[in-house]
Amino acid sequence: MGRMIGILVVSLAVVLGVNWFLDSYIDQYVVRVINMCGISIILAVSLNVINGLCGQFSLGHAGFMAIGAYVSAWFTTTLRYFDEAQAKYVAIEPMFSSQWGFVPALIVGGIAAAIAGAVVGIPTLRLKGDYLAIATLGFGEIVTIMITNFETIGGANGLPGLPAYSNTFWIFAFVVIVVMFSWYLQRSTFGRALIAIRENELAAEVMGISASRMKVMAFIYGAFFAGIAGGLLGHLLQTISPATFNFMKSIEVVVMLVLGGLGSMTGAIVGAIVLTALPEALRDVESEIGLVGVRMVAYALVLILLMIFRPQGIFGQKELSLKLLGRLIPGRKSGNAGGEE
Amino acid sequence: MAEPILEMKDINVYYGAIHALKGISLTVNPGEVVTLIGANGAGKTTTLATICGLMRSKTGSLRYAGEDIANAATHRLVAKGLVMAPEGRGIFPNLTVEENLLLGAYARADKEGIQKDLRHGYEIFPRLAERKKQRGGTLSGGEQQMLAIARSLMSRPKLLLLDEPSLGLAPLIVQTIFETVDTVNKEGVTILLVEQNARIALKHSNRAYVIESGEISTEGNSADLLTDPRVKAAYLGEG
Ligand SMILES: Nc1ncnc2c1ncn2[C@@H]1O[C@H](COP(=O)(O)OP(=O)(O)OP(=O)(O)O)[C@@H](O)[C@H]1O
Ligand SMILES: [Mg+2]
Repeated sequence: MGRMIGILVVSLAVVLGVNWFLDSYIDQYVVRVINMCGISIILAVSLNVINGLCGQFSLGHAGFMAIGAYVSAWFTTTLRYFDEAQAKYVAIEPMFSSQWGFVPALIVGGIAAAIAGAVVGIPTLRLKGDYLAIATLGFGEIVTIMITNFETIGGANGLPGLPAYSNTFWIFAFVVIVVMFSWYLQRSTFGRALIAIRENELAAEVMGISASRMKVMAFIYGAFFAGIAGGLLGHLLQTISPATFNFMKSIEVVVMLVLGGLGSMTGAIVGAIVLTALPEALRDVESEIGLVGVRMVAYALVLILLMIFRPQGIFGQKELSLKLLGRLIPGRKSGNAGGEE
Repeated sequence: MAEPILEMKDINVYYGAIHALKGISLTVNPGEVVTLIGANGAGKTTTLATICGLMRSKTGSLRYAGEDIANAATHRLVAKGLVMAPEGRGIFPNLTVEENLLLGAYARADKEGIQKDLRHGYEIFPRLAERKKQRGGTLSGGEQQMLAIARSLMSRPKLLLLDEPSLGLAPLIVQTIFETVDTVNKEGVTILLVEQNARIALKHSNRAYVIESGEISTEGNSADLLTDPRVKAAYLGEG
């Protein structure tokens, strides 16, 4: 525990330094891509706990993000609604009107998403595989439809004017937190219990693991960080709309996991970075050769080739370690998968 | 005589329209090895699943250590010492041997006791000790069965339910597995053993029940059943 706090403090200091460096010396476009990568990492690592460790196929991550984004915005942003009696727009001043309110707002957003996670977790007790995927997809759609019909938060047009509180520091502070928590979780009894459920639910039950409780816990955990990521994204983009959080967003996160290797946190991180940065990198290539659209084709090709030649994802279920680095050399056989050193 | 550790009375279980258990009654006394033998589809696994709370009976009663467990949740029974090693081994293929074993101790909190039992498990099955860090899924069938048994022992069972521990194993390994059953029983664990391999199950048990199409057709001392002409004809492949 003490060591964990030590690592946390050091990492945050590093993030602060990097933030200052990026702000002062690096092109803002590049900084933005880095920030988007950070948000993707939070999403992928948290979804990995639900889909990768616990083996529940959730497509609801965008829904949790939306809840986090809108709830946190509720606390930081001036909302307007049309008052019939006065026949004019009335502004509601935000509860937290300074940078100091940002983290509390994010956390409240995360908690709201976690509550939704608990509610969504309950059908998972009965549904499996494709059925669960469809149910969680439905949940995401319900969230966006509800937002669309809620005029005070901008409805279908979206909510503008979120203060630009997100920056590299806050985003990567939460990256550090989610990565550390998930790393610790994965090696804890709780994490092993989640894996046991994925591997053999009946055997897990007869070992004394309450599969239903664990699945709901996995959803709460994943949804909390998805909510945080939603809040960070909202205060980065400064305008959010239901379309920001449509089902494509959920699918994108699932693709990151599959690409990196479902069940591997290292894989989730790499998948998140690759899928966020690759389209941007290809954008340059595209303008260079002057062929519009080549970017998306190349992107799709990379995915297809990877799935053909490495269907288990870049990392399989392994984690990055020095030992593994040695084994990653092609042609060498690697035993001991899933055993993280 | 002491109070039975397990008492099933008039249990009826259905899978939809299929009436799988038709009024099963059986008892297991502390310290015994009791075997339940029967053909494919007779209802052996269903019987164990019902004891563990994975299936429910609408009739009769189910008592374990003097307690009514007819409605107990599966995952709560482990802490009470009622543990099953499921059919087909049911190990966790992507976890290491040691992680599998530690999950067996999931319901326990005594760190030292767990370490002690882990060492003891490796003593009983030296093969597992050699393969500690190997993924469960890469073990041979016999080793996986050893792992499943060792894992269930990690939860310190009072009553251990074994579902076909000999399934698909070579005779020599089957012998090893049953020797372990004897050892474990001598250490004080009561065992209810489901088997199709009737001969070896009868040799390694005190009492036996024969189940046919969801009903108990014969019961008695294992030694007697080994010489019972009907059992011989139907389950021991002798005229
Ligand atoms: N999930 C299920 N759905 C429907 N019927 C089932 C199910 N599980 C078992 N049955 C039926 O219940 C009956 C008893 O099955 P059970 O698995 O208890 O047999 P068993 O004695 O363990 O057989 P085996 O030796 O082949 O393992 C069989 O007729 C089987 O077809
Ligand atoms: Mg069976």
